[in-house]
Amino acid sequence: MSVSSKYLSELRSRAEKAINKKALYGPDVDIDRYKQYIERGKVESLENLEQQIKEAAIITGIDIEERQRSGSYLQIDQSVVYESLNKAYEGQLEIMSTTDAISKYDWLEEYFWRLVPVDQDKYTAQVALNMTHGYFIRVLPGQKPQYPVQSCLLVAESYISQNVHNIIIVEEGAELQVITGCTLSKGDAEGIHLGISEFFVKKGAKLIFTMIHNWADNFHVRPRTWVMVEDDGMYVNNYVLLKPVKSIQAFPVAYLKGNRASARFNTIVYGLKDSYIDLGSRIILEGEDSRGESIARTIAADESVIYSRGDLIAKTKGYCLAHLDCRGILFSKNAKIFAIPQLVSEGATRSELSHEASIGPIDEEQVEYLMSRGITREDAVSAITTGFLNLDIPYLPEFLDREIKEVIRITAKEAM
Amino acid sequence: MEEMLRTEDLWVSVGEQEILKGVDFSMNYGEINVLFGPNGAGKTSFMMTLMGFPRYKINRGRIIYKGVDITDKDIYERSKMGIGISFQRPPTVKGLSLKKLIEIISNSDINDEGIREKIEMLNLANHLDRGINDGFSGGEMKRSELLQLMIQKPDLVLIDEPESGVDIENIALVGEAINLLLGKDKVKDKKRGAIIITHTGYILDFVNADKGYIIIDGRLICSGNPRDILAEVKRHGYRRCVECR
Repeated sequence: MSVSSKYLSELRSRAEKAINKKALYGPDVDIDRYKQYIERGKVESLENLEQQIKEAAIITGIDIEERQRSGSYLQIDQSVVYESLNKAYEGQLEIMSTTDAISKYDWLEEYFWRLVPVDQDKYTAQVALNMTHGYFIRVLPGQKPQYPVQSCLLVAESYISQNVHNIIIVEEGAELQVITGCTLSKGDAEGIHLGISEFFVKKGAKLIFTMIHNWADNFHVRPRTWVMVEDDGMYVNNYVLLKPVKSIQAFPVAYLKGNRASARFNTIVYGLKDSYIDLGSRIILEGEDSRGESIARTIAADESVIYSRGDLIAKTKGYCLAHLDCRGILFSKNAKIFAIPQLVSEGATRSELSHEASIGPIDEEQVEYLMSRGITREDAVSAITTGFLNLDIPYLPEFLDREIKEVIRITAKEAM
Repeated sequence: MEEMLRTEDLWVSVGEQEILKGVDFSMNYGEINVLFGPNGAGKTSFMMTLMGFPRYKINRGRIIYKGVDITDKDIYERSKMGIGISFQRPPTVKGLSLKKLIEIISNSDINDEGIREKIEMLNLANHLDRGINDGFSGGEMKRSELLQLMIQKPDLVLIDEPESGVDIENIALVGEAINLLLGKDKVKDKKRGAIIITHTGYILDFVNADKGYIIIDGRLICSGNPRDILAEVKRHGYRRCVECR
């Protein structure tokens, strides 16, 4: 049984009304420019992918051999080219395209477009009206697959609008790690990636979601993410952007509905060339004893512009605790960083919200200290930059932590 | 013995303030020299100038090291020529672990036997994964500085107040480490020389220093046996030195 046509038609009608509605933040993108549609066939294994595509996927953390993965999902342009579930995890979780999931499960009506407003702006409307798959991942109650699920949303051609809708449901007491790489296989591709993500972390469940974005100079990105966390649930969001992008604007929301629910955002951004980057995180603390933490490290080089936003919104009648830590280094006279932390308490008389924000140059005292140890100025700056971006992200699988650190190290070195 | 370092009529300012006012100093290879002086006399400034920190602007004079005029060389170049420093208050570098720094300095693995031995000796095994000096106590900072120098193996070691902020229990450890660094415990290393700044003189119990100097108001005003100088300073402070000048 699929999601009802009545509900889908209601969504469509709301989306149609919003198709020209500009987003609150970020430059307005003319989505009509991106009309190209390419149908692709499936591949038997990730090993069979074209070399260029394979390499692009690997850079974003995708394990082609799938040895330490409980499942994989790969989409190129508008087509799902690969879905797999490691046999050892059958009966523990399911992975399929969202298109298949809404045809298969009528109960998905309770999840599909229930967190992200379909008429939020023209980008949400575009996904609702012209959805091109996206992944659906569900972990059954109490299941804790040992290895992460990996997904890769890749754009290979120009003038594509990749409109994905992702849904993750981590049922009661279950745990899941997801690694998502969003990338281009051609550095000069022009286009847009629109990603709706609705994640549900049920009672006592845990979701660790790591996203590595790897875009290029002519590409626009507009993700729209909401995560709902129930009692005793935990959500960790790790986000890494170390390559140029034409423009990206996202303000993911963790809605801590349940008591003792928690969310943590770790954001690492390196602005290069004339990238326009407007990223943030919003944590809504509604459950009693809920906790939130949002940490962002940004570096703005070249002519990049970075907005680093963070909202903590307390709405609980009980106690809650949340902290924002947002730091930036400006590398270039032509770059800009805007750090915009916001604390809001709506009648939450027992809430404790705090923030620290800073923007500064690289610390010359640190550079000279390392030079006195026989390290060149360039290597010293690179080591300090790498250190600044290296958040010790808890709950991150070790191999991924290593990989992120390596990407940061190479980026810092190349940027010198 | 051959001369390792010489400064000639060295005038140095920090910002608008003149700190060193014509320092003439000379030392040979293998010599250990101790600098005494009241707060603000210019001891640390002298050391930082020798290391090449740009904040310490040389207005006049020059520095000759191993026969080469290094007055215009930067910190990195001086370090590569064999000058190393243990800071009184080293900066914190969050994110860059002590382990990573040691690997960069040594250009080898942290588990290399020679390196492990030094880490164990300085009791720093539990600090390797922490950011450099991030939350380190005074003693831990000094031990970390000495560990880095032991791996760096400079020919001229500059040590700024090795006892400051170190508890009594750790002073012996710091002293032994300096002794080891200077190679004075075994066969005397003819090459490695040192300049040590000390307020308390505790370090003289561990290090066999050759010569002491008193620096007051940016000038070297006298030199002699370091233990005699220390005894004199302990008895009368620097008052008599000012008069003597």
